[in-house]
Amino acid sequence: MSVSTLTIDGQAVAMAVGATLLEAAREVGIAIPTLCHLEGLSPVAACRLCLVEIEGSGKLQPACITPVLEGMVVRTDSPTLRDYRRTVIELLFTEGNHVCAVCVANGHCELQDRAVEVGMDHSRLPYRFPDRAVDLSHQRFGLDHNRCILCTRCVRVCDEVEGAHVWDVAWRGEHCRIIAGLDQPWGAVDACTDCGKCVMVCPTGALFPKGDTVEEKHEDPSQLVALLRARQARQGAPP
Amino acid sequence: MEPTPTPPAGARRTILIDPVTRIEGHAKITIHLGENGAVEGARFHVTEYRGFERFCEGRPFTEMAAITARICGICPVSHLLAAAKTGDRILSVTIPPTAVKLRRLLNLAQIIQSHALSFFHLSSPDFLLGWDSDPAKRNIFGLIAADPELARGGIRLRQFGQELIERLGGRKIHAAWAVPGGVRSPLDPADREAIQARLSEAFATTNAALDRFKGLLDGPLAVEAATFGCFPSLFMGLVGADGRWEHYDGDLRLIDAVGAVLAEALPQQQISEVLAEAVEPWTYLKFPYYRPLGPEAGSYRVGPLARLNVCTRIGTERADAELLELRQRGGRVVTSSFYYHLARLIEILAALEAIEALLDDPEICTRHVRAHAGVNTFEAVGVSEAPRGTLFHHYRVDANGLIEAVNLIIATGQNNRAMNLTITQIARTYIQPGQSEIAEGLLNRVEAGIRCFDPCLSCSTHAAGQMPLHVQLLGPGGELLSERWRD
Repeated sequence: MSVSTLTIDGQAVAMAVGATLLEAAREVGIAIPTLCHLEGLSPVAACRLCLVEIEGSGKLQPACITPVLEGMVVRTDSPTLRDYRRTVIELLFTEGNHVCAVCVANGHCELQDRAVEVGMDHSRLPYRFPDRAVDLSHQRFGLDHNRCILCTRCVRVCDEVEGAHVWDVAWRGEHCRIIAGLDQPWGAVDACTDCGKCVMVCPTGALFPKGDTVEEKHEDPSQLVALLRARQARQGAPP
Repeated sequence: MEPTPTPPAGARRTILIDPVTRIEGHAKITIHLGENGAVEGARFHVTEYRGFERFCEGRPFTEMAAITARICGICPVSHLLAAAKTGDRILSVTIPPTAVKLRRLLNLAQIIQSHALSFFHLSSPDFLLGWDSDPAKRNIFGLIAADPELARGGIRLRQFGQELIERLGGRKIHAAWAVPGGVRSPLDPADREAIQARLSEAFATTNAALDRFKGLLDGPLAVEAATFGCFPSLFMGLVGADGRWEHYDGDLRLIDAVGAVLAEALPQQQISEVLAEAVEPWTYLKFPYYRPLGPEAGSYRVGPLARLNVCTRIGTERADAELLELRQRGGRVVTSSFYYHLARLIEILAALEAIEALLDDPEICTRHVRAHAGVNTFEAVGVSEAPRGTLFHHYRVDANGLIEAVNLIIATGQNNRAMNLTITQIARTYIQPGQSEIAEGLLNRVEAGIRCFDPCLSCSTHAAGQMPLHVQLLGPGGELLSERWRD
């Protein structure tokens, strides 16, 4: 196995070629904030929260998809990065309708946690208050587009883990949103197996068990890794 | 409060009290004087606007309890319960008996904390420090300085109610604990014991306040009791089995000023057929009335005094003795709005007795407290008694449970006409024709007329639609040149 050695925040790190900067940083206990990233799913670099500075590069790079290279010098924390991360969170909050006080995920929300971490005590950007719908057509689950941050975890878990590919991303720009089937009500999509993995991995209250009221969504996205490991162990086990 | 300059002789003028202090929400009062200086009328203008009914549209009905609880920080429990009860009907379930008892406990705690706030923090400075005392000290801080024992008792009584709410729902304010189908979590036996341990102090504070206030009613407050909104009107409230005092469930009863029952068991699910709402352009607060009798004859009062007027008895020993005494003072139907204060204290006593009984109930800590179901009815009304009076939540949902329409009929709105009549009566009593100076203490009495009803304006100005607007163009001498209305 060939190894690359690099420096992250002054710490020397040796990682297998092909590993990402995010994996390298976590290997040595350096925390880089993420939202769209979830262990067990392919990375997409959608949220831009994990941007880092790489010496010699004029651009900030997303740690979740940037592979380690020999001799890299990486900074995961600087005033510029802190400002970018806070701005990313503010953009997410102002672009949707995130009302924590009455949200099913209040207290168990990754967006809320990240906002606390980046010190977002208010938004410097104006709120847009878009008019968005709620889809309660599924028998067991609901989708609230107001709370969706387009991280695409649901799209990936349904496609890569469940194999049902119910979810997709449709439209562009401010009209961009998650759709079920070919833009059908969720409850009308036959491909859905009702497994609930999309609800489990959703970082906010956008996908939730129907009937949940404020603060009642307690799903844990990190359970996906345990599920995948168990599946892998079973597949590797002798028949 | 604005200074009131000496008027030029023979001029019509308006006295403005803005803002009205020691109430919940924002409002102003105008007193209109004729050319001879006599009071022509007085108006209570609610100047704030919310808009809850509009932005609830499109939300899952299961969220309504948490959303509408946010209307107010004083009585979020009232909206929580009305919304949860509406949700029960949409689910079409009978909720577990323990959930009913726990919701009752929550509402009783709410009645205690809200009434204690109204009586001790907001209104008692007028009675105990004097109507004409220094306005800078005529507040809870002045009361703490003048009578620390009573003030401490009142503050702790409110805190008792708040603590019970917190022990049930996890937080004092905006505990989203009541949900369609029941409540989220059972009562912990340790919490039951902690509340039981505080009951004797709460009883002692309430009894002391009752003795003190009744003494004042027999003495220095006798004039106020006769002139603060003393007029015949209808009264409405929930009553339980055998016409007993009720705050959570039961039938809606409407009585007239002499106690005759005009309507028994008003149809709660078709409430808009029996209650109508009038709108005036000078206030955001609507004027609900009993439809068959029209806006004036059909206007009614709700709240603590109305609940005590409509019930035959309370059903607990100590509160029933106080109810009897109230009726000996004010008649079978007490029509003076000043007695709302005494009614609040009696209701605190009734709530404490009811809490004591509920905590002794062997079922109260049972763990089955929530029923689950889907959408089974598309339109429902939930009714409960908020501290300030009967509260209605009316929702229409689609087949998936998304809200299509909301109407909230709020206690304070139902007392709107009574509040306007009350301040007019007080202004006429205390402001004489030809009087050249209006003392601050007189205007404080006018404000206090509003405080009798303990209005909560943040709840009550929720309707959606175009804002009514009245623009007046005045000439240099104050004469009206032109005016335009938008209704």
